[in-house]
Amino acid sequence: MSLTITRPAVRNPGQDRGGAAAIGARPTLEVVGLKKSFGTVEVLKSVSLQVAKSEMVFVLGRSGSGKSTMLRCCNRLEEPNSGDILLEGEKITGRGVNLDRLRRRIGMVFQSFNLYPHLDARGNVTLALRKVLKLSRDEADARAITALTRVGLADKAANYPSQLSGGQQQRVAIARAIALEPAVMLFDEPTSALDPELVGDVLGVMRELKQDGMTMLVVSHEMAFAREAADRVVFMADGEIVEEGPPEELFGNPQHERTRAFLARYSQ
Amino acid sequence: MTNLDRFIETFLNGSVLAKYTPSILQGVWVTIELSVLIVVAGTLWGALLACIRAYRIWPVSFLIVIYADIFRAVPPLVLILLVFFGLPSVGITLSSFAVLFVILGLTLGAFAEEIIWAGITATDKGQWEAARSTGLGFTQTLGYVVLPQAVRMVIPPLTNRAIAITKMTALGTVIGVPDILNQATTAQSFSGNASPLTLAALAYVVLFLPFVILSRWLESRFAWKKG
Ligand SMILES: Nc1ncnc2c1ncn2[C@@H]1O[C@H](COP(=O)(O)OP(=O)(O)OP(=O)(O)O)[C@@H](O)[C@H]1O
Ligand SMILES: [Mg+2]
Repeated sequence: MSLTITRPAVRNPGQDRGGAAAIGARPTLEVVGLKKSFGTVEVLKSVSLQVAKSEMVFVLGRSGSGKSTMLRCCNRLEEPNSGDILLEGEKITGRGVNLDRLRRRIGMVFQSFNLYPHLDARGNVTLALRKVLKLSRDEADARAITALTRVGLADKAANYPSQLSGGQQQRVAIARAIALEPAVMLFDEPTSALDPELVGDVLGVMRELKQDGMTMLVVSHEMAFAREAADRVVFMADGEIVEEGPPEELFGNPQHERTRAFLARYSQ
Repeated sequence: MTNLDRFIETFLNGSVLAKYTPSILQGVWVTIELSVLIVVAGTLWGALLACIRAYRIWPVSFLIVIYADIFRAVPPLVLILLVFFGLPSVGITLSSFAVLFVILGLTLGAFAEEIIWAGITATDKGQWEAARSTGLGFTQTLGYVVLPQAVRMVIPPLTNRAIAITKMTALGTVIGVPDILNQATTAQSFSGNASPLTLAALAYVVLFLPFVILSRWLESRFAWKKG
């Protein structure tokens, strides 16, 4: 275990929440000048973004603004055309990077859960533990139960996805990701496919992850949750970051016309 | 003699049946052996090819598609005769049993490849992404996540096809494989009575009905509700 030297708390005025963004500390996730086109359509036009350790950053934006594409470039499910992604200071874009090794350090949660339907909750969590981390069955099971306990579903370990509610499925998907103890978690609209009464459970789990110090980059339209839990909110439009800041500033006093228009539509 | 008597005399002749049942039972054993070999080898071969095709290395995929199309297009009987009577003239002699096994195995393999490939492509893209996002490699994702789902999805067409192809073991009769039908036609010509053929039909029912029932069981066993 390495000793972490805590720097004096010099804070960036724009990022004064949670002390997560101490100047000089290396961001956990860094996106630098990311560009991506599909055919002739430029979906990301030089996006740069940093997520500090234990920070929760929310990404907002209209449909088609490139949020998912940006997120998917972060673990290279989508291959960027140019720009760099750095994970804990290590460049993970370009040739010669072992994708499978880096992806186990980046958890991802999908809108449609994407649980493995042929495996029970425990099997969903243990698959990567056993086949990627090469843990023994007992070790993997123990870790799966720990992860399922964190999302409040230890008693559903033997249930198949078809025997779980949407909210429970998404929490198993979160357990599957956190069991690998990733450095950062990416969430792509984790509650968009859920019935309203199930949204709260998933957000509750995310809130607890944050309290435990997880670094998170979240694409979501849960404005109330963003206000309450996010350290920073980023607004994207047409493949660019238009505005970013702490939630109270971005929601309370948006500077950009497009941010205002977006928020006006969503707060109705 | 009434019509019914004549019918029984022709199709259910007790003394003829008693005499030829042992040889037909031998045929049953040959048919079982062949069927099991064809189903196991053909399905595994088809699954292997479908997996290789998943890597999308185009010259390889192209060859697999050509193979699958040829074997699905040509009647197995043509290939059986071609190989059995053709190969000896280039110095290769295979037993009739081996020829039947190879041709029907390859035929089932061609169908199985197409069926399992369809299952692989029908598996949700999100499954690949979820698995890869946890650090599983392509081959691991294929083997542990996609293939199990693909196979479950295609169990009904796969078992139907397996049954259809194994029934074709009766084609072995034309090249002298001592299967059920061959034993029965031999018995029929010796006895001048159709009862051995009745027995053969019965043997096929007894043999394949459990197979059909098993396929129904597999369908329900491996079906899961879509979440
Ligand atoms: N694989 C692809 N091929 C072609 N175009 C794509 C592909 N993926 C995304 N796009 C396009 O890129 C643009 C951005 O898509 P993206 O999914 O990143 O948007 P988003 O902000 O996540 O939207 P939403 O809120 O609807 O999820 C869209 O115009 C979309 O049609
Ligand atoms: Mg999206």
